[in-house]
Amino acid sequence: MNVPEELRYTSDHEWAKSEDGRLRVGITDFAQDALGDVVFVELPAPGSTVEKGGPLGEVESTKSVSQIYAPVSGTIVEVNASLTDAPEQVNAEPYGAGWLVVIDPSDSSELDALLDATAYRATTE
Amino acid sequence: MSAALPGGRALSAPLMGHETEPTLFELSVSGRRASSFRTSSLPEWSAEELVPAELLAASPVELPEVSERDLVAHFTRLSHRQYSVDLGAYPLGSCTMKYNPKVCDEAAAAAAFAHVHPAAPPSCTQGWLELLVELEEQLCAITGMSAATLQPAAGAAGELTGLLLMRRYHEARGETRTRVIIPGSAHGTNPASVTLGGYQVTTVGTNERGGVDLDSLRAALDDDVAGIMLTNPSTLGLFEEDIVEIAAAVHEVGGLLYYDGANLNAILGIVRPGDMGFDIVHLNLHKTFATPHGGGGPGAGPVAVSKHLVQYLPGPRPVRNSDGTFGWATPEHSIGRIHSWHGNALVLLRAWTYLRLHGADGLLAVAEIAVLNANWIKGQLRGTYDIPYDRPVMHECVVSAETLERETGLRALDVAKRLLELGFHSPTVYFPLIVHEALMIEPTETESPQTLAALADALLLIAREAQEAGEASAAKQAPRTTPVRRVDEARAARKLVATYDQRP
Repeated sequence: MNVPEELRYTSDHEWAKSEDGRLRVGITDFAQDALGDVVFVELPAPGSTVEKGGPLGEVESTKSVSQIYAPVSGTIVEVNASLTDAPEQVNAEPYGAGWLVVIDPSDSSELDALLDATAYRATTE
Repeated sequence: MSAALPGGRALSAPLMGHETEPTLFELSVSGRRASSFRTSSLPEWSAEELVPAELLAASPVELPEVSERDLVAHFTRLSHRQYSVDLGAYPLGSCTMKYNPKVCDEAAAAAAFAHVHPAAPPSCTQGWLELLVELEEQLCAITGMSAATLQPAAGAAGELTGLLLMRRYHEARGETRTRVIIPGSAHGTNPASVTLGGYQVTTVGTNERGGVDLDSLRAALDDDVAGIMLTNPSTLGLFEEDIVEIAAAVHEVGGLLYYDGANLNAILGIVRPGDMGFDIVHLNLHKTFATPHGGGGPGAGPVAVSKHLVQYLPGPRPVRNSDGTFGWATPEHSIGRIHSWHGNALVLLRAWTYLRLHGADGLLAVAEIAVLNANWIKGQLRGTYDIPYDRPVMHECVVSAETLERETGLRALDVAKRLLELGFHSPTVYFPLIVHEALMIEPTETESPQTLAALADALLLIAREAQEAGEASAAKQAPRTTPVRRVDEARAARKLVATYDQRP
């Protein structure tokens, strides 16, 4: 299972990557493997606000529909529109082309509360 | 005498060939008809004479044109490609796919019942009304409730009815509550019904014994909680041991307990939801009381309630008058109709017949044998499949292929497909969601010991093949003997083609 060292994680299997003060967010390799083939991704509208731990969207696979939770509070500044036509990118490249949203955090200290790679790996074992 | 063979193994099911059945569109010949009115004395009118010009389509709708002979052959061939409860064992956990006794269909086909118009006055339908009143009384006796509506069309309609009753109850007390609690192991329809009923879902966790986590529940409870939706036995097939504490905690904050009747089969005649503290109970007649199942129904999902909710039930309800006759009455503060006329009456008649067929002692035996069968299967699989939450189960057991998957690559989906080659319908797979590689097996009371043994042998064989051959095992290629092999579910969902004119 792939858990890149440079990313931060939630216990709900989201990853977050700091990019110039903003956070790119997706679901982990562990999550996509557990879900199976992703067939639909529902994401919030750009400009909407999310709360840490609150619903961010849904990922539907051939097995189930799963909630995605916001790793931090903030404003959605970008969503991955290419997932509408190609949701399989979440399976193929969960840390790359399969990213979900970019959040502008309202409280940058919330990032510090996220898990590092070692701590996240421990939650999946 | 030689040992009896398993009556529920469908290996001899005749299948003529492996060609894809054409669609009706592909069988269509312009001008061909399945019926004609050669000798009609009615005058003929053209569409232009009957329908205002602005409502007429510019060109005819593309509909298939086939003869009756070809039409019947098409659907008969399709029906021969179905696995059904009439064909063999169908251990689809959570669905209670028990065999439906044919006498119930015979009763429903009787003209004395089937040919009665729902608008006929009560003076002409006393028999029907008596039957509906009796059914309601029996369902209330089984569940320990005060009264019931027979209107809801199926399980999800029953859930919505229950939530609307919950809403009306709180509104009548001048309260606006916004949340309904659901355990993590719940059926997917529960959160959907909660949302449709205008409430927010709050999920509570599962403890290490597979029950509702009481600490998690108490943390979620406050006076904003309208109620909780539970099944008992739970979706893991386990009896909810803390149900009395759960009921007390929910009632303490003024919430109501909703019982999802999905798993009632295990407790018939043994324990009643009303005695556990539930306020609203829905029943799946198509599960517990063996009315036909799936394929869009018609189903029936009666909702029974405790005394303080009777005044809100949908109406009109069949009632017993003080003079011994029967009639219709709508409760004073009814939430209104939930179905046209009187619900799916012929399904209700089938359930009434099933109850009469079994009697109280028979229903108790149904539950006892259903529970025995599920525990026997679980015992056979122990040591080969993982058994999360390993304690005595009720009417179904959840096992897991997690270790098999890690060691041999065998997934629950592979087991499901290989089982078809061995003559059985698959158990439910990947549900409940809290168990990885879940296989949820519900044999029901209607399968014989011979069939159960053959089913267990098949599941063990699949595991052994994987342990010996790994990725080269038969399960990875299965099913090879069915008219359609493994379908690409992901592509079907990603590139949905729902109608013939959308075809690639």
